[in-house]
Amino acid sequence: MGEKWNKGLLGWIDARFPLSKMWNEHLAEYYAPKNFNFWYYFGSLALMVLVLQIVTGIWLTMNYKPDAEMAFNSVEYIMRDVNWGWLIRYMHSTGASMFFIVVYLHMFRGLIYGSFKKPRELIWIFGMIIYVCLMAEAFMGYLLPWGQMSYWGAQVIISLFGAIPGIGDALALWIRGDFVIADATLNRFFAFHVIAVPIVLLALVVLHILALHEVGSNNPDGVDIKKHKDENGIPLDGIPFHPYYTVKDIVGVAVFLIVFSIIVFFAPEMGGWFLERDNFIPADPLKTPEHIVPLWYFTPFYAILRAVPDKFLGVVAMGGAIFVMFLLPWLDRSPVKSIRYRGTIYKVAIGIFVISFIALGYLGTQPATPTATNFARLFSVLYFGFFLSLLIIPKFEKTKPVPDRVT
Amino acid sequence: MKKYLVIVLLALAPVCAFAAGGHGVHLDHANIDPTNRQSLQRGASLFVNYCLSCHSASLMRYEHMGNDLGIDEKLVSENLIFTGGKVGDLMTVATAPDDAKIWFGTVPPDLTVIARARGVDWLYTYLRSFYRDDSRHIGTNNLVFPDVGMPNVLWELQGIQEPVITTVKEDDGTEVKVVELELAEQGTLTPVEFDRTVRDLVNFLDYLGEPAKHDRRALGTKVVLFLLFFLVLAYMLKRDYWKDVH
Repeated sequence: MGEKWNKGLLGWIDARFPLSKMWNEHLAEYYAPKNFNFWYYFGSLALMVLVLQIVTGIWLTMNYKPDAEMAFNSVEYIMRDVNWGWLIRYMHSTGASMFFIVVYLHMFRGLIYGSFKKPRELIWIFGMIIYVCLMAEAFMGYLLPWGQMSYWGAQVIISLFGAIPGIGDALALWIRGDFVIADATLNRFFAFHVIAVPIVLLALVVLHILALHEVGSNNPDGVDIKKHKDENGIPLDGIPFHPYYTVKDIVGVAVFLIVFSIIVFFAPEMGGWFLERDNFIPADPLKTPEHIVPLWYFTPFYAILRAVPDKFLGVVAMGGAIFVMFLLPWLDRSPVKSIRYRGTIYKVAIGIFVISFIALGYLGTQPATPTATNFARLFSVLYFGFFLSLLIIPKFEKTKPVPDRVT
Repeated sequence: MKKYLVIVLLALAPVCAFAAGGHGVHLDHANIDPTNRQSLQRGASLFVNYCLSCHSASLMRYEHMGNDLGIDEKLVSENLIFTGGKVGDLMTVATAPDDAKIWFGTVPPDLTVIARARGVDWLYTYLRSFYRDDSRHIGTNNLVFPDVGMPNVLWELQGIQEPVITTVKEDDGTEVKVVELELAEQGTLTPVEFDRTVRDLVNFLDYLGEPAKHDRRALGTKVVLFLLFFLVLAYMLKRDYWKDVH
């Protein structure tokens, strides 16, 4: 193969840049397990949504005005007077929520198949940093339309920094650049949203994929395909990523785009979950909305925050809820990776975790009534309890024998 | 793994129900028809006659409205623009905000995206829920939006409604005041005609909130059909490539 490629334009490039080498390392000769299932679509989909967000974002930037006096109107200008502006805007707003859906499913896949375990700890860590950056990106992007929910959501979240003892108020003031959310805040959030965070995100995605390709992909059986290789050193249960998984992922892309298009074209507000009603009222620093709700992808953590009576401890709990996920590779020490071969108790724990996360997400959207707060406390305990239980479950868990090869 | 999907879907069910919910007052269903162009045209006429003198729709252009609703440029500039502006102008209002503040106690909000903020059912119910209230300086009040600054601008059409307050005992013994509105004096329209008129106006406000809605749905059908076709091709391609994987 090398012989043929030494000629022509490609040969000229290859003599100066490792194009064929990179192509082979990451696609044509990257051997992935042949048994990827439904859950394995979401990695490539996340990459596609990232590109979609960057491209639609660039086009939105061409007409958006990051100015407190003009921001709200410029969004409506895009929706009405810019050719295809409505489509670009809805793709971007829908893309934001879909990004989180895809990323949550991608993370869940990592959780149930033990993809975070040795030797893939760094892939998980890079992925978690991507997730945190994504939350920052979404939070700052949501201020830009400058509606009531943009404004007051940001006001609430930034005031959380004020809960840090000693430096809190000064820190919140420094972040906002003003005593309330104002033009200065909008300008800096815009700068972070369109330049700083996307650059960091792209770099992290490269690290995430490089780390993955260094150790190879896990699979639904959680077995190491590199243990059994043929005479050419190719894993017996591996297939080249390209063309096998590229053509398979195109099927996933098509299904995703159908769902995505149905939302963009027929329900861009998603009943108030992707675009909130109050955000069609321009930001008004003097009128607090009755019910301030963060966007749905933050609500599990918001519920944990509100479940703790003390504001500062609430912030600590909220931060802890995210931080504890970073520790996953060192909490779950069971040698069995995949949920397929783990004990019933582990499956029950995962089930409780999923229910807690969704219940917290729901409670985070509700007014904090005493009953709702008590439920939020229960589910917060279960949420953290899941991570703690991982420390002890392997000690008495009855695992099933893990097969030698993928099934 | 299917089990988990079912759990996720079940857990989402109450969430969807919540998203559709509203506030305390019962709202009547607006039942608008965005595809009914005549209704939208009547609504546009009502809007510029009854709303646009105090409220602006300053993010929308007359020309854009004319093109979408099939009203030609000449008709728009002769019959729908009262400010002496051009068809390419934004639908602004002549009232100075400071004057409005003195007259109404608050600046009347811009109505461009009001239908997206309030919802069509709210607007439909609100516009039909004014009643006489002599205790207020403007002489009217509203069931859906108590102590609202706006008087009933459609009173000539609707007539005057009076509140009828009845006390109802709940099962647990607490007494609840129920306010119903009764037409004391009919305007130039019958109640049925008036409801239809408000429906036209709300239909227009819904259009105003998102002029692209019609195009969006029309294009969406084509895009989804194309993607379904693309999915079939993609699946066949995948099946062909994967023939040798066992």
